[in-house]
Amino acid sequence: MLHVYDTEISSRLLLGTAGYPAPAVLSDAVRASQTQIVTVSLRRETAGGRAGGAFFELIRELGTKILPNTAGCHTTKEAVLTAKMAREVFGTNWIKLEVIGNHDTLQPDVFALVEAARVLSNEGFEVFPYTTDDLVVAERLLEAGCRVLMPWCAPIGSAMGPQNLSALRSMRAHFPDVPLIVDAGIGRPSHAATVMELGFDAVLLNTAVAGAGNPAMMASGFAKAIEAGRQAFEAGMLEPRDMAVPSTPVIGKAVFS
Amino acid sequence: MNLNVNGDEHEIACSTLAELMAALDYEGSWLATAVNGELVHAADRDGWRLRDHDRIEILSPMKGG
Repeated sequence: MLHVYDTEISSRLLLGTAGYPAPAVLSDAVRASQTQIVTVSLRRETAGGRAGGAFFELIRELGTKILPNTAGCHTTKEAVLTAKMAREVFGTNWIKLEVIGNHDTLQPDVFALVEAARVLSNEGFEVFPYTTDDLVVAERLLEAGCRVLMPWCAPIGSAMGPQNLSALRSMRAHFPDVPLIVDAGIGRPSHAATVMELGFDAVLLNTAVAGAGNPAMMASGFAKAIEAGRQAFEAGMLEPRDMAVPSTPVIGKAVFS
Repeated sequence: MNLNVNGDEHEIACSTLAELMAALDYEGSWLATAVNGELVHAADRDGWRLRDHDRIEILSPMKGG
């Protein structure tokens, strides 16, 4: 079981809701993933528009917990206001805090992120910060009140998979008791299994599922990979070695010459 | 009164945020509002008096990652 902000979660897969070819495909993917947490956002509504209401109804019918994000925000002020508006709409203190610092890589502005995390934590929010794998930033986020960290493993939507395994390994080692959720950059189930084998607590996916030829099948595949990676971590894996070791006993081997 | 609503300029006769939303056919419990960068709770829209050149944001749930 995964505990995030005193909530017990059995699925270690968090799923984004963007980029699916149709609402029904999104619903099928969410069900196939068996996720208990989906991410959503807020955007401007058109005059007379009802699209937001229809989407909200679709999400509510899925019965998962909702994790609103502050995607697209580039300043502390924007992110804090967006978080407050999200709490008004979705009725949750949870917020996936994104403060973007670079247009090309969508790398977080970690300075504004820490500031926003402090403001929001002080106002009763439970902040899920989208951050880098930098240990000092992670420390600052914890000091600011975060009790979960969500490091990227590659740029959002890139599907590159883990680019700095030693940094991720180091993060796990430095924060053994903090829930660590890899957010962004996962492209394939094997990527998800890899970070889970490192001991990360969960994975947040979107594009890798939404952009697949069959999103529901891919969601199911990811769920299995994440579970497999977690089991491997808990079971204790062999360390690799340079030389071969015979698995069949050599004692009692026949001598024919 | 000149108001900026979700980035668009409107010349409109209204005195409160609730009146503005009704005039532009914004309706639904899922909407969140802000005026000049400050959250305005749904319960406060009836009494929230608008001023010339206010900037209003009206947001709604949307897919997200």
